[in-house]
Amino acid sequence: MELRKKILSWIGISVWIGLLVLPFVGIRQAALITTAILLGGLLWSAAVRLSGSAGMSSRFRTKTAEMNRRLMPWRSFRPTARHRFSLFVLLGAVVLLGPLGMNNYGVDVLTLAGIYIVLALGLNIVVGMAGLLDLGYVSFYAIGAYTYALLSTQLGVSFWIALPLGGLTAAAFGIVLGVITLRLRGDYLAIVTLGFIQIVHLVLNNWDRVTNGPNGILNIGRPALGPFVFSQPIHFYYLILTIAGLTILAVNRLSRSRIGRAWIAIREDEVAAQAMGVDTTRLKILAFALGAFWAGLAGVFFAGKFAFVSPESFTFFESVIVLSMVVLGGMGSIPGVVLGALIVVILPEVLREFASYRMLIFGAALVLMMIFRPQGLIGNPRRRVELRPEDDVATTSGRPAV
Amino acid sequence: MSPSLLKLEDVHAYYGPIEALKGISLEVKEGEIVALIGANGAGKSTVLMTISGALAPRQGRIEFLDQDITGLPTHEIVGRGISQVPEGRRIFPRLTVNENLEMGAFLRRDRHEIDADRATIFEQFPILKERRSQLGGTLSGGEQQMLAIGRALMARPRLLLLDEPSLGLAPIVVRKIFEIIRAINRLGKTILLVEQNARAALTLAHRGYVMETGRVVMADEAHALLSNPRVREAYLGEG
Repeated sequence: MELRKKILSWIGISVWIGLLVLPFVGIRQAALITTAILLGGLLWSAAVRLSGSAGMSSRFRTKTAEMNRRLMPWRSFRPTARHRFSLFVLLGAVVLLGPLGMNNYGVDVLTLAGIYIVLALGLNIVVGMAGLLDLGYVSFYAIGAYTYALLSTQLGVSFWIALPLGGLTAAAFGIVLGVITLRLRGDYLAIVTLGFIQIVHLVLNNWDRVTNGPNGILNIGRPALGPFVFSQPIHFYYLILTIAGLTILAVNRLSRSRIGRAWIAIREDEVAAQAMGVDTTRLKILAFALGAFWAGLAGVFFAGKFAFVSPESFTFFESVIVLSMVVLGGMGSIPGVVLGALIVVILPEVLREFASYRMLIFGAALVLMMIFRPQGLIGNPRRRVELRPEDDVATTSGRPAV
Repeated sequence: MSPSLLKLEDVHAYYGPIEALKGISLEVKEGEIVALIGANGAGKSTVLMTISGALAPRQGRIEFLDQDITGLPTHEIVGRGISQVPEGRRIFPRLTVNENLEMGAFLRRDRHEIDADRATIFEQFPILKERRSQLGGTLSGGEQQMLAIGRALMARPRLLLLDEPSLGLAPIVVRKIFEIIRAINRLGKTILLVEQNARAALTLAHRGYVMETGRVVMADEAHALLSNPRVREAYLGEG
């Protein structure tokens, strides 16, 4: 099948992107882009085909495997514990020391990426693990941010006390949304959660006496440790780095726990999960609550960093951005989601010079992703098995029956 | 006389305003295979749903091990020792065979015993062992049915509910599945079986109930039902 279909799909994709960029870059460049994508795509398919072994006799397959090993040694590379450790140390050093050599703008971008990593990991619990499509996720971010904004400006509560409180308030609202939407799945759930964020947005915008409406809340207290007040971008970078690190640890633990397994079972088949004895009601609400908790934390940090919140920061569009991080990186995969958040925050900054159509490039990239890597950049290992069953034959003799 | 494991007394259940079960009474004794047969829409699967807690009866009483389990949530009923093989198998398609079995033992915490049970199931179903790292969705229909049965057994149930195990399977595979059910019963598991394939079910079972439009219309030893002229005409396609 493959080759003809692949060629056709590449032709379609390149022409489509060419048409998309046409109004921005003119016909010449559009044609150039189209050709470039087409050629690149065909070369890529050819490379994949040559290196792949599908449909070959077993002898030939061993031979090509041998060739591959010689031509592309990295494909048979299996990281050992030592490799992992060195990589971990290297990554840690870059993350800890890298920003010291950056200007404030760069540090701010990374800080923003940190906020989104926390948000995306929280949403990953709801969407990636439990399989509940929540489009209103950013409302919990807003609730966390406003919780701190109000606690700080009205009562003078410190950042450190507000941090867990903001998370818990968001989690409480998460439970409310979870209970309301208990019986809904898929599209219907998406619509109701979409309604939820509109409600939150409207309340923030119109409840002047409390939220100060569209003007937002100013002069929110900065976090402080004794006499040391967080003021420089780099201070906030290390703060969000700590929060994100804790989030990764917690979410990782969670995904390996019984609760994590139960969520995956619900995502795969809710009826079957129930038949296995999973209390689906409680676990779905728990997914909403825990997801919302991290969004609340991110919200408190947001308010502390910018010392200002307004409804404008918490729109449906933000929800879509966070969702795209989860999908782009790979639903259910923690490293994938972190990578997705980094790319979605940093890529538009890198593309600044293409200002007006960087979102277009971004959209095109997302669509391409869905065609060629539907499992995300770093897919869940489980889904990788599904898409490349031949890597798994070590323990099974049979090929899949379908 | 072996003691009664499960007992339904005058169970009425509704889907919205529609009365699906109009007073069902039945009994399953320790060590039996009981078949529940009847036409499409007679309410067979609804009976299983009320037992497993997916549907709460509006009236009547369900007893398991002499305790009232009427209206308990599903996870508690599974915890008490009733596990089900749902209609259409409902394998977790993107979990491996191994993980599917693990999910079956979700409510258990006795790690060693779980591993031992899985080894037993691999002995009973060698094909599952062979395919243990394969994704559930890539198995054939018959293999999926075996996996669904194995998964339900992982809960160490006292009573196994089977909903249409022959659904969508080739006759030769159906025979195999029914042999497996018989073997499981010989090892001491009590089984309540819902089937449209009345002949196969009654051949396998010790006793049978015949349902029509929400009521039990006949109850007897399975071999007696097999030779009953009314059953032969209506359910075995003989005139």
